[in-house]
Amino acid sequence: MTLAKDKVGIICCSGEDLPEGTISRVATRLVLEKLRPDDTVTLCLPLFLAGGEDERAFARVFPTIAVDGCDKKCAEIGTSKYSGKPVATIVVSEVMKNYPRMQARSHEKLNAEEMEIAMKVAEEIAKKVDDILCKTTKK
Amino acid sequence: MTKNEVVIIPCSGIGKSLGTVGRVATYKVIDHLRPQDTRTACLALLTVGDTQTAQLVKENPCIAVDGCPAQCSMKNIEASEGKLAYHVIVTNVLREHRKLKPQGVIELNPEGDQLAEIIAKNIAKKVDAILTEAKRK
Repeated sequence: MTLAKDKVGIICCSGEDLPEGTISRVATRLVLEKLRPDDTVTLCLPLFLAGGEDERAFARVFPTIAVDGCDKKCAEIGTSKYSGKPVATIVVSEVMKNYPRMQARSHEKLNAEEMEIAMKVAEEIAKKVDDILCKTTKK
Repeated sequence: MTKNEVVIIPCSGIGKSLGTVGRVATYKVIDHLRPQDTRTACLALLTVGDTQTAQLVKENPCIAVDGCPAQCSMKNIEASEGKLAYHVIVTNVLREHRKLKPQGVIELNPEGDQLAEIIAKNIAKKVDAILTEAKRK
């Protein structure tokens, strides 16, 4: 199986128990829907266990970015375990350290400040996508 | 069971709005309808074989909330030998409410939220039944 050169796979943890898990999910969708819609694809992380060989081939077909809410790094570990090692990992709680005044508290619906954090994480993901695809500027 | 809690785990499917419907329904139950009786756990922790989370689903009755027939939540709970007490698939509920057209993953449209509310109320009833049965034993 060969790597697909024109798309990057983004796998997020979607952690249900933490606000950072919701941010990982929203940031991933922001990249897929708004920032890099033509360059990215995704797959549900639990499908690695629940699905079949097609799903497990994901990281062998696409260079992958894992987006984790916390330092348990489920997306990175799960992708590595079932599919293939991600090219990069972004951890929401680590990104948030750059913005110490920002707090994440909601897990159901993000407020304006939390959406701002999600957008900052999404921008980090988009930069990694460009690095992987060797793009220096984005149309 | 140590604390009479039901663990509700949605699949949180990222590709379709129905994953978000399951996730929002779960939060409606654990935050608003039955906050004293329920909790959630990160499904991804089960996927990677986290021992504490596996222990949690082995010791407490679990409700799997799946967006689609891939049934990721149910399969991950079963793979961890969890106590699956009830299972809901959003697509099945949607068939009973065909007029609703859920849309959006980042944020559900009002119809998606309405579907989540229907599912949440159904789950809350199941939680009551599960805990009543557990007290009898």
